[in-house]
Amino acid sequence: MREVAVVGAGMTRFGELWQSSLRDLFVEAALEALTSAGADHVDDIYVGNMSGGQFVGQEHLGPLFADHLGMAGVPVTRVESACASGGVALRAGFMAVASGMSDLVLAAGVEKMTDGADVTNVLATAADQETEAYHGITFPGLYAMIARAYLDTHAATEEDLAWVAVKNHRHGALNPKAQFQREVTLEQVMTSTMVADPLRLLHCSPVSDGAAAVLLCPLDQAKQYTDRPVKILGSGLASAPMALAAREDPAFLDAVAKSADRAYRMAGVKADDIRVAEVHDCFSIAEICCIEAIGVACRGEGAQAARVGLTALGGRIPVNTSGGLKSKGHPVGATGIAQAIEIYEQLRGEAGERQVEGARLGLTQNMGGSGASSVVHIFQGV
Amino acid sequence: MPSPRYWREVPNRYRLEAGRCAACGKVTFPARRVCPECRGTETEPMALSRTAKVVTSTVIRVPPDDFLMEAPYAMAVVETPEGARLMTQVVDCDPEAVLPGMNVALEFRLIRKEGHGGIRCYGHKAVPAG
Amino acid sequence: MAGIVGYGAYIPRNRIKTEDIARQWGKDPKTIEKGLLLKEKSVPGLDEDTITISVAAGRAALDRAGIDPARVGAVYVGSESHPYAVKPSGTIVSEVLGIAPDVHVADFEFACKAGTEAMFVALGLVESGRVEYALAIGADTSQGAPNDALEFSASAGGAAFLFGKDDLLVDVLETYSYTSDTPDFWRREGEFYPRHGGRFTGEPAYFKHVLAASREILRKTGLKASDFRFAVFHMPNGKFPLAAGKELGFTRAQLEVGWVVPTMGNTYSGSSPTGLAAILDVAEPDDLILITSFGSGAGSDSFVLKATELLPNRRDLAPTVHEIMDRPKRYLTYGQYAKYREKIILNT
Repeated sequence: MREVAVVGAGMTRFGELWQSSLRDLFVEAALEALTSAGADHVDDIYVGNMSGGQFVGQEHLGPLFADHLGMAGVPVTRVESACASGGVALRAGFMAVASGMSDLVLAAGVEKMTDGADVTNVLATAADQETEAYHGITFPGLYAMIARAYLDTHAATEEDLAWVAVKNHRHGALNPKAQFQREVTLEQVMTSTMVADPLRLLHCSPVSDGAAAVLLCPLDQAKQYTDRPVKILGSGLASAPMALAAREDPAFLDAVAKSADRAYRMAGVKADDIRVAEVHDCFSIAEICCIEAIGVACRGEGAQAARVGLTALGGRIPVNTSGGLKSKGHPVGATGIAQAIEIYEQLRGEAGERQVEGARLGLTQNMGGSGASSVVHIFQGV
Repeated sequence: MPSPRYWREVPNRYRLEAGRCAACGKVTFPARRVCPECRGTETEPMALSRTAKVVTSTVIRVPPDDFLMEAPYAMAVVETPEGARLMTQVVDCDPEAVLPGMNVALEFRLIRKEGHGGIRCYGHKAVPAG
Repeated sequence: MAGIVGYGAYIPRNRIKTEDIARQWGKDPKTIEKGLLLKEKSVPGLDEDTITISVAAGRAALDRAGIDPARVGAVYVGSESHPYAVKPSGTIVSEVLGIAPDVHVADFEFACKAGTEAMFVALGLVESGRVEYALAIGADTSQGAPNDALEFSASAGGAAFLFGKDDLLVDVLETYSYTSDTPDFWRREGEFYPRHGGRFTGEPAYFKHVLAASREILRKTGLKASDFRFAVFHMPNGKFPLAAGKELGFTRAQLEVGWVVPTMGNTYSGSSPTGLAAILDVAEPDDLILITSFGSGAGSDSFVLKATELLPNRRDLAPTVHEIMDRPKRYLTYGQYAKYREKIILNT
């Protein structure tokens, strides 16, 4: 297998982007990535998207996007794994380069959520239709059950959940591409409307439009595109039982643990070696469970990490310096790629006010549904 | 809800028909072709008891469209004495009173319907036991 | 010789007080309560309907009978609030109870007497030997129009009776039905609420049929009111059944157990059937029981029943009417009641 580098990146702002259609979003991010690398063509495209069909009635996205990028004819694959679509598209792009199949690959992710579809219903299609959605469950509802199971078994409080949101907003306030560039107080989070007990509005990532794209090529060709490429050291993907009721412990994200394990082994590194990470905080509880599952915090201790500053900028391992899904936004299919872009910028020393000093090893973790899929990538600054 | 998709699920939704793996004894609900525990493909049909215990729960306050009028409602993962787990609404009580450890009974109820003209879809919900 | 081998009832847990409905419409609560002899009524949840009520009552009847459901050869559900205009309630009930597919199913309709109607047919079918067991259910979630007298009484609930030839809990000694065409209460296809003829629903409708049917069955059997331990009549409100009973010579004590309406409301096709279930919950061997239903349109079905030795042994196998009524209840405001009964116009 060849070594693979990230050599270009581009993303739209995340938010309610009324002026941009689904295809507009893709093109904007893709062009920015191509321009950043001085590339005028690609050999292969992988694009992650959860639900073009249900949000805007559009399937067959691959050819549509290649066409609008002015690259009709290029091989293109649409990848879907609910909220992990972007991360899995990144992995597919990585494998295309690593295998020798393609030299310059665009890995992108995009979602258009604000064109009037019933977002609650569409997102619920990532849950088990016949045994969960049938009975009236929602996304927040699933994570709320995970939260309750977690709070019931560990010495953690609802305030611990709130600290995750406070930390991520503090980071997001420094990110010009973030949907919410403002801080929130603990009190604001704790008094926001209850969505599904115990999760409140400000524990939940928002509904967003957005797109993100990165360019990948073999490490030994990276200099054609950039002086500071970032190597992808490892990629790990795992699945878990779809229904929450089918899992041994609702509070433990097995797919996250497995995907991290596989990525660490491939990269030849350990959790302790990671200096900066982007983790899937679709809901505050998710960040807590994910940092435990990837080994950045021990079981039962993830709850305090945000509160004591372990995972804040300036802490031992800053998590979600981009603002996370909570503050940066969560256009579902785009998130996995946006996470990679944050780590790419961190490892190049280009994260501005969000910079983690001297970071050389970074990690992204992107998760689908209530944890039925998870994909982890490990990056190294070159 | 397309009729065939609903009709296929009648045995598990109406009669709580589950499957016990002939090889390892694991009970799955609804029954499956392949045992998630040991990948065995021989299953014995069985029906679940109509009692269970709450494993974890929440209160849905922002519902999907079809459940608008019922919100807020409690939902839970409940476990039957056979060791099968299922997700249900928990009704006929204050939603906030539904917490892990609560004993429930499973009753046949209307789960959803498509507006004024679509089919009515039934199944089981949990109610406080006793 | 056929009779009842199992019985059961179900009443939803929600309630609304008569006084809260009265206040909604600017009426004096005390006057209404006294005039109708009603205190509160049951309200079905948004997830309850004639089918779910029938299943619960049917399960209890099968539990008391202790037979394999696959042996039931007929399932008849009588209601005036079948959930579908076209598609039977009985097929779903048969599937849930494990009775399908070897079964004859039919839905019955005759205003409030659709339950006893199903019972009459189930009895006849078993007597003829055509089926071994037949399940008859009367259940309703009927609507009362807002600000109408019937809104105080229209409630939800039902009872199920399994008929067979062996191991009878209750013998059926005689039946009699009295029917005429009387337009006292009706609902046209597509209309959401029924309409009625006001005071015309009293003497020419309810009393004419209930009294005629009851008198004729007494004459046929040669029995007098004093021979009976219990009597139950259709209960459109608290007053009518007491007046009919008194007219026929029954004492308050004979009427008391079956008179479930003051705290249940009028469960329409479930009305006299749930009253009968409450009676069977306490009847002793050899007790004689009279039940006369009434359905607008109009007609009455009358049965003379006798409890057997087996009844006291089997009744603890399922909840009694009082156990069900005494469960934790949820009292609704008028607004919640209107939401549950889908009386609010939505933007759909």
